Amino acid sequence: MSIQEITLSKEELARYSRHIIIPEFNLEGQKKLKAARVLVIGTGGLGSPMLLYLAAAGVGKIGIVDFDVVDDSNLQRQVLFSVKDIGRPKVEAAKERITALNPHIEVVTHNVRLSSENALELFKDYDVVADGTDNFPTRYLVNDACVLTGIPNVYASIFRFDGQVSVFNYQNGPNYRDLYPEPPPPGLVPSCAEGGVLGVLPGIIGSLQANEVIKVITGIGETLSGRLFSFDALNFSTRIFKIFKDPENPLTGKNPTQTKLIDYEYFCGIPQAAEQAAQIKEISVQEFKQMLDTGQDIQVIDVREPHEYELVNIGADLIPLNTVTSAVNKIRRDKPVVVHCKGGVRSARAIEALQPLGFDNLINLKGGIVAYAKEIDQTLPLY
Amino acid sequence: MATLIIPTPLRKYTDNTAQFETGAITVDAAIEELTDSFPGIKPHILDNNGKLRSFIKIFVGEDDIRGLDGGDTLLQDATIVSIVPAIAGGNI
Repeated sequence: MSIQEITLSKEELARYSRHIIIPEFNLEGQKKLKAARVLVIGTGGLGSPMLLYLAAAGVGKIGIVDFDVVDDSNLQRQVLFSVKDIGRPKVEAAKERITALNPHIEVVTHNVRLSSENALELFKDYDVVADGTDNFPTRYLVNDACVLTGIPNVYASIFRFDGQVSVFNYQNGPNYRDLYPEPPPPGLVPSCAEGGVLGVLPGIIGSLQANEVIKVITGIGETLSGRLFSFDALNFSTRIFKIFKDPENPLTGKNPTQTKLIDYEYFCGIPQAAEQAAQIKEISVQEFKQMLDTGQDIQVIDVREPHEYELVNIGADLIPLNTVTSAVNKIRRDKPVVVHCKGGVRSARAIEALQPLGFDNLINLKGGIVAYAKEIDQTLPLY
Repeated sequence: MATLIIPTPLRKYTDNTAQFETGAITVDAAIEELTDSFPGIKPHILDNNGKLRSFIKIFVGEDDIRGLDGGDTLLQDATIVSIVPAIAGGNI
């Protein structure tokens, strides 16, 4: 439907009056919002403020993609959800909330995991994609699918205290692969268990992302296309960098080599990392309990950080992951050593680091202290 | 002196140092000085061949060094050099 054919009801005119009276925005801007179709990928920390503001602003059709359910650990930052939503599919709870906020818009839910198989089909019904995901494979998938379908990708990303925002693939501007040609291998980025994020940060960054979506739709102002906005919440420093258009970009460089979506898990090294992890001996928490109960002579090492140890521990020797290779004299070589962390990822990395130093007696505790707290000792707190 | 800005995810390898002052006159020399002072950060920004990892961007002022002279880009007094890693959210 063209902008000329879009009409706003009396109720809509009243609702959006604070937009319509802005001279640069006016009725035309509001009609463009109503005509727009935006696909929001992820209803987490970034998706929450984004969906609320896009719905409130009157984006005519909002698609929501997520396959997850609401968990109580989400509520620290995912302001879209309430306690009553715990256990519900996120897309369902999100739709209910934003429809209650604005009944004049259409909300379409896609309760699926975005994949190379479904992305192009999903994207084709939308004008703008807003990427609020939380992992590298999906970042590259969203980017590539946007490039292949010619849809702008409003990007935002957060980690602990840092946030980034940009607009990719817009008016011949650069895309994510110009900025970061390849993802970090899984071993080099902190995992979710040790990562964390300041709860208010996605509120700030997701709101900036919504702002860019609205600018792309309405054409007002100057978007972040070709620029990367970076925010450090600790120092309150903001920076804007120019994005270099990489001539080697496999999609849009001088000699493009990629014309379709690929296997993004493989591209990000995840199956390879799993294979490497399979070389490590591991035991279940039940087997570990049995070792303890039968009085087997073992050493137990906890490679988490001291503040996590303080929160909950099972009396193991604390040797944080960063220090394991310099603390080899604290690690026994004459008996089995069970290594654990929160969920089993960091302990596997500790074993990978120690094995080349001659340790062949290390065993990873599968599922870490979380599995132990859930399956063996329910009195232990979870975090 | 130029200043290197260390992003929060990498500060655990720099004893929480957020800004690193350097008298180096090129980007490469500044990075070398940083990794000499904080060896723990080295594998997170350089690969085994000493090459900048592809998920780490270095900006001199607001420009990506790939569009300047790469590691040979000259630093002036008061130049701000930003290390900007790819971040994806909470999950791997």
